[in-house]
Amino acid sequence: MSRIARFLLPTLVGLLFLLGWEILVRANDIPPYLLPGPMAIARAMVEDWPNLWASLLVTLSVTFAALAAAVIGGGGLALIFAQSRWIEASLFPYAIILQVTPIIAIAPLILIYVRDGFLALLICAWIVAFFPVLSNTTLGLRAADHGLLDLMRLAGARRWQILWYLRLPAAMPYFLAGVRIAGGLSLIGAVVAEFTAGTATAGSGLAYRILESGYRLDIPRMYAALALLSAAGIAIYAALGLLSWLLLRQWHESELTQER
Amino acid sequence: MTLVALRGVGKTFSNGTEALRGVDFAIGAGEFVSLLGPSGCGKSTALRLIAGLAEPSAGQVEWARRETLGFVFQEPTLMPWRTVLGNVRLPLQIAGIGKSEAAARAEAALAQVGLAGFEASYPRQLSGGMKMRVAIARALVTGPKLLLLDEPFAALDEITRLRLNEDLLGLWASSGLTVAFVTHSVYESVFLSTRILVMAPRPGRIVADIALPDAGPRDEAYRTSAPYNEACRTVSAALKAAMS
Repeated sequence: MSRIARFLLPTLVGLLFLLGWEILVRANDIPPYLLPGPMAIARAMVEDWPNLWASLLVTLSVTFAALAAAVIGGGGLALIFAQSRWIEASLFPYAIILQVTPIIAIAPLILIYVRDGFLALLICAWIVAFFPVLSNTTLGLRAADHGLLDLMRLAGARRWQILWYLRLPAAMPYFLAGVRIAGGLSLIGAVVAEFTAGTATAGSGLAYRILESGYRLDIPRMYAALALLSAAGIAIYAALGLLSWLLLRQWHESELTQER
Repeated sequence: MTLVALRGVGKTFSNGTEALRGVDFAIGAGEFVSLLGPSGCGKSTALRLIAGLAEPSAGQVEWARRETLGFVFQEPTLMPWRTVLGNVRLPLQIAGIGKSEAAARAEAALAQVGLAGFEASYPRQLSGGMKMRVAIARALVTGPKLLLLDEPFAALDEITRLRLNEDLLGLWASSGLTVAFVTHSVYESVFLSTRILVMAPRPGRIVADIALPDAGPRDEAYRTSAPYNEACRTVSAALKAAMS
């Protein structure tokens, strides 16, 4: 399939969907507090742009901080795990426990113990996001080719040289796949934490705007905030995909296109 | 002059498999020795013991003095994220040799295997035979005394294999290398070697040590010559005796 078609087809589907939606709302005279049409939502977005934009920035700052912490924390832990099976065996179960316990259930506790609002949200989002980076990188560091390991040993490579020349590059595709998942999860974690926090924190992210608009029955504004969240998620995913392509396009199967 | 010798070497893996028992042989400087046998006869294990990639459970591997060695695996085992030059340069990089010197030596090794001009290519852009040539260049780049090859051409097509056989012989003849070559092909071993060690399985052991007389240059004509056919017959008979 050509590149243009891959971009054009989903765009066309989206536009048709929005058009159908608008027609449905207008033809049936559905009031905006039940279901606003796309035009009404766009108007709400423009009118309340300063507030929504500021809230988007708040949510994004939590998201990016959580993603950075997930990359550093997950990758760093994976490096420590790779040094010793003992450390991995001792700690990995706890990483799994953190992962499987629903964040929505832990968030209220974190919000009680951590006084700083931003930090509390950051911790919640990090808990959701770090695991895919950790588990993927751990797997990748272990996935180095055995023949290449023999070769490094024959060449008299030291531990750090095996790590630097072989294990880290071999783990790169796994790590980047983990980061791509973590990007989306950071946003989800940030939003969930904001919902739980409600008005408890000083900052007011997009989740807070959605809650606030819900109380006021300002449905078009709810949709506008929601649309911004989706757009942010898509942008993060696309940016991380681009990063992965830039780093792997020379050699890894996942980013190579087969010539016919 | 003996380069390396295996003295009463046995190897039993932790799962109880006895790969080698009572293996005794020496490799002299300048020899081209083939280890020939069916799969599972421990010939690869013997090579790994020489390389120090495995420890013998009995006996010793004795070196006259510590020599540098090159190893070529069954697969090319290249790093897909490094260019051809980067792959060949790796052993020098690990040894801490400066970048420009390492690059020059890697280029020379690539020229030796006929791959000059492919320095900037990535392994995925090369054919199977060319990848194997890169692996050989990487094994040669440190200037080893002993080159160990573990069924390096088994996965290649016949035509490429014959070409690489000839080129390997050329390298050996011109460089004063000592070669230990693992194969399961009678014809390959006879074409290449000055000496063939025939191995039998369960447990892996050496059953025949056949020296091949010097019968002139090893070229296309040698493949159909009487001494070649005679040697193939002798080696095949030894292999057959080993299997029964």
